[in-house]
Amino acid sequence: MSALARVRVALAVLAAQLSDRPERLLVTIGAIALGIALTVSVTLVNGSAAEEFGRATRALTGSADLVIDGGRAGFDEALYPTLARRAEVAVASPVLETELAVAAGGTLTVLGIDPFLAGRLQPTLYGDLASHFTGLLGANAIVLSAAAAKALNLGRGGLLTVQLGREERRLEVIDVLPASAYPRALGIMDLGSAQWTLNRLGRLTRLELRLAPGADTARFLASLRLPADTLVARGSDVEGRGASLRRAYYANLDMLALVALLTGGFLVFATQALSTLRRRGQFALLRALGVTRGEVTLAVVLEGALVGFVGGLLGTALGWLIARLALEHFGGDLGAGFAAGPGTPLAAPVATLGAFVALGVVVAAVSSWLPARRVAALAPARALKGGDPEFALVTAGGRRLGIGLLLGGAAIAFAPAVGGLPLAGYLSIALLLFGAVLLVPTFARLVLGRLPQRFGPIGRLALAQLQGTVAESAVSLAAIVVSFSLMVSMAIMVHSFRDSFERWLGEVLPADLYVRVAPGSDTVMLGEADGGTIAAIPGVERAELRRLVPILLAPDRPPVALIARRLDRAAIDALPLIARAATIGVDLPVVYVSEAIGDLYHVEPGGRLSLPLGGAAHAVIVGGIWRDYARSAGTVLIDRNIYRDWTHDEGATDAALWLKRGVSATAVGQELGRRLGLGASLELIETTDLKARSLAAFDRAFTITYLLEAIAVAIGLAGVGFAFASTALARRAEFGVLRHLGCSARQLRLLLAGEGALVGALGALYGLLVGGLLSLVLVYVVNRQSFHWSLDFVVPVGQLTLVALALTLAAATTARLAARSVLGEGAVRAAREDW
Amino acid sequence: MRRLGGVLALAALLAVVAVAGGAVPSFPEVRPGAALAFPGDEGAHPDFRTEWWYVTGWLKTETGAPLGFQVTFFRTRPAVDAANPSAFAARELIIAHAALSDPAKPRALHAERIARAVFGLASAATGRTAVALGDWRLTSADAGFAATVSAEDFSFDLSLARRLPVMPNGEHGYSRKGPAVTSASWYYSIPGLAVAGHLVRNGRAEAVTGEAWLDHEWSSAYLDPTSVGWDWLGLNLEGGGALMAFRIRDATGGAHWAGGSLRSADGVVRVLDPAEVAFVPGRVWRSAHTGIRWPVEWTVRAGPLTLSLEPLFDDQESDSRLTTGAVYWEGAVTARGPAGPLGKGYLELTGYGEPLKLR
Repeated sequence: MSALARVRVALAVLAAQLSDRPERLLVTIGAIALGIALTVSVTLVNGSAAEEFGRATRALTGSADLVIDGGRAGFDEALYPTLARRAEVAVASPVLETELAVAAGGTLTVLGIDPFLAGRLQPTLYGDLASHFTGLLGANAIVLSAAAAKALNLGRGGLLTVQLGREERRLEVIDVLPASAYPRALGIMDLGSAQWTLNRLGRLTRLELRLAPGADTARFLASLRLPADTLVARGSDVEGRGASLRRAYYANLDMLALVALLTGGFLVFATQALSTLRRRGQFALLRALGVTRGEVTLAVVLEGALVGFVGGLLGTALGWLIARLALEHFGGDLGAGFAAGPGTPLAAPVATLGAFVALGVVVAAVSSWLPARRVAALAPARALKGGDPEFALVTAGGRRLGIGLLLGGAAIAFAPAVGGLPLAGYLSIALLLFGAVLLVPTFARLVLGRLPQRFGPIGRLALAQLQGTVAESAVSLAAIVVSFSLMVSMAIMVHSFRDSFERWLGEVLPADLYVRVAPGSDTVMLGEADGGTIAAIPGVERAELRRLVPILLAPDRPPVALIARRLDRAAIDALPLIARAATIGVDLPVVYVSEAIGDLYHVEPGGRLSLPLGGAAHAVIVGGIWRDYARSAGTVLIDRNIYRDWTHDEGATDAALWLKRGVSATAVGQELGRRLGLGASLELIETTDLKARSLAAFDRAFTITYLLEAIAVAIGLAGVGFAFASTALARRAEFGVLRHLGCSARQLRLLLAGEGALVGALGALYGLLVGGLLSLVLVYVVNRQSFHWSLDFVVPVGQLTLVALALTLAAATTARLAARSVLGEGAVRAAREDW
Repeated sequence: MRRLGGVLALAALLAVVAVAGGAVPSFPEVRPGAALAFPGDEGAHPDFRTEWWYVTGWLKTETGAPLGFQVTFFRTRPAVDAANPSAFAARELIIAHAALSDPAKPRALHAERIARAVFGLASAATGRTAVALGDWRLTSADAGFAATVSAEDFSFDLSLARRLPVMPNGEHGYSRKGPAVTSASWYYSIPGLAVAGHLVRNGRAEAVTGEAWLDHEWSSAYLDPTSVGWDWLGLNLEGGGALMAFRIRDATGGAHWAGGSLRSADGVVRVLDPAEVAFVPGRVWRSAHTGIRWPVEWTVRAGPLTLSLEPLFDDQESDSRLTTGAVYWEGAVTARGPAGPLGKGYLELTGYGEPLKLR
């Protein structure tokens, strides 16, 4: 017989075995498919969002080499001719960006540009405009991107009513760009009309430059004398802005999906390990027939690879479908609120999809290879005799390795982030997890050995059975431990986050009622007179105007929020401060910054920061660091009087109202709306309502997390079920003997349920321990490095207890159900079978 | 008359805006009876809606290889709201086109720029010829003009010395384009400019000499809606004479209006009336880029002259749909008479693709 023929015989024998137990095959394929489906869907959604994001920034940046950015306040237009005349500059494109308040509510980003200049830098975005620019020159003419036209429900020739201060103005939509020009909502006006119509005469917010070929960028930059409140960004910097937070969010999701895949892989491993063990008689026979050790291994691996291929194919298809639905209904950020909304197009490169099918094959093949090698190594004569049930998942060497991995994982956990991603944190989680899995048998022996022997004969039997087969149970336990510990760690992290968030909401929202006008817009503000109007409303005890303005502190970072508000002693004490510096005797203005500012701009309490405001760079002292869960790009609090001195900007974007005791916030809000008369631009938020809405938004953002967790646990449970089904089959003889000895069928079921419960409880206990360990890494490393905010570590004891009990119960039920076929009438007959 | 379907199309578009916009600027009419005054009229006429300075000519490299070149500056007044105080308001636009016809290349090379005349970065001065758009410029110099263009594919820096007096076209510069008396432009030509300067192709500079022609024309109203395009010819004749001839075509392809100026070597100008000018198309070349069929060889009768025109090469099509909205053919041509070579110059054909939309 040739080697090929021998492998074929081996495969045929194995296939006969497999087709004998189709349910086992289905569970294995299903596990792989689920793991792959999750990984595929998360990767595709992430990739699609990144693609959309990249397309938008590429269209906006175009071929600009440098961007002189003056933030929302902008700079004097006189800078434009100075730079445009420089020999090093090939194209200088002046831009006025304004966040325009739409009268019907919401805002629209409007770029005032010169289409002839911008068209040369951003042909994708403006290429179409240059050919009919003449229409754009009208004072009220605006062109909308396809997304903006859709959101505003306007077409060519439509009228867009916008709010400019207290006045409304109608802009005429002279054209709608094709969707391929720009994926997001955007309005485009001629720079000349934008300056006039939007009351920004003499101002520009950006100058985009393309340098002449051969120009020395560094020397050119050094020679520029720019206003102190402008920043110079390279084209690549602009693309990098905002990408880091998104990356962190998706890295988290990717990790969860990989966990599911890992769990699936474990399940395949468990399946293959147990089934190879069960089939060692066949293997021995094959060996006796002259099939070599390597050929047996190859046959088993091929079998696994085939299962992996089918599972991978199904999983990839399912994942693609999930990704499509998710993008269609939730958008690229899955509802978390920082990427494009629903309708993000799905980017699914064939190579990526193929790679995932291959991943399924590899995971399954590797999971089969380990047990196959072990079985193939058994001497045929011994295996044929049926003895030697010893099949250890881990050896003494494995135990040492497990301890080593745990220690290694703990050691690297606190290494700093790499490129804004907590890579060391993730690696630490992986090491801890693998280490913990390798120590499962050790843990099981330890616990089982210490359990009291007082549960009656059935209890003792169940215990004895498990003690005697620790090595086998360890495999199914591992699948539970992997999924459950990850679930526990995520639950602790999310709970800590939610708990911290809820308390934080109470601290940052001390007032009773908040008023915002066209949030985020540049065109509608509250003035001092409005402050007076608000304070004069009956029932209002105190009102405070605030100004929120985005400013750029670094060219490659997204803008941070500068909040100018009253910042007296009481207000500072009320902040959720986590670090504070002594500020007595400090002769510079004091600001309070969020943790993200501290992390990203490397400042500590007492340190200095430079704020580009009102045409100058102002040095300030950081008086303290506070928690801000609302803005992960960073927040700076400054006293509004100082802000007004520096910028002469008297406008306010928000007002906080403290009401007299017993006054209804709703009634005050209604009166306020009547007196201020800002129409749809005015947004009134009662604090209680805001808190509820914020928490709802929080839960929504974590929906996907909960979903992934649940699926991982379900896969783990499937593993338990399969392990029991498989074990029960092998124990038919044992059950038969027990029946002959007088055990009732009910008692046998109880025995199996007890064993299942024990395994479940063991898994839950170990999972809780390991999960607790992992959650420390998640809370203190992964979350901190990804989002730049700290959390208080809080364990949801009740919730975890419930889930642990549920898991135990589910394991017991699964075990009982899985063994049902074996416990039927055949059990008695089974005792006669010659094993 | 002259040139550039594109600018006419542009002017028409601007007129559309005028209807939609607020305070519409009013433009002066072109009427007969006045005369051109120099040097003042060599500068810009900012009140008029459209104006152009158009230089075309033949060049010779040091090895004697022939080349054609063209550089044009337009100014137009979009109908932006006159009340807009923004420094960026597009009260005036400057458009520049440049082309190089090199027989060694498969097609003529083109470059174009467009900018609003703000902060002095693009401008058309009054009183003397001085139009500039970034580093592209056409200015009056000692004994003539200087033209500078730097594009991606080519650049040149040429001095254009005057050897012949200005030739006002039509009635003392009043050049009629159609049956309506106000459908006209102010128009003069300066033929026989002696060219010397440098040309850069493929990153290599070389000295060139040659002979060029300058047209300067301004107006506020051109064609009536029944016109679809025109054919124009400017020739430096052997021995020092000059010929300008044009015809405006209607939808049937017939001549709607025609005219020209024929100056003999001794400086006597004969104004050609519509009946004295005929354009008879010959060989047709189909553009692979646009699918347009251009008659590139012609027989032209202008007063006493009968000329046959041959292009330097066929593909001298110019696609400026992105800046001015038109596709036209603008190419170097040689003219022969029954007795041999008569002269060299430029031929412009417009309206052979889509008719120019002038409403």
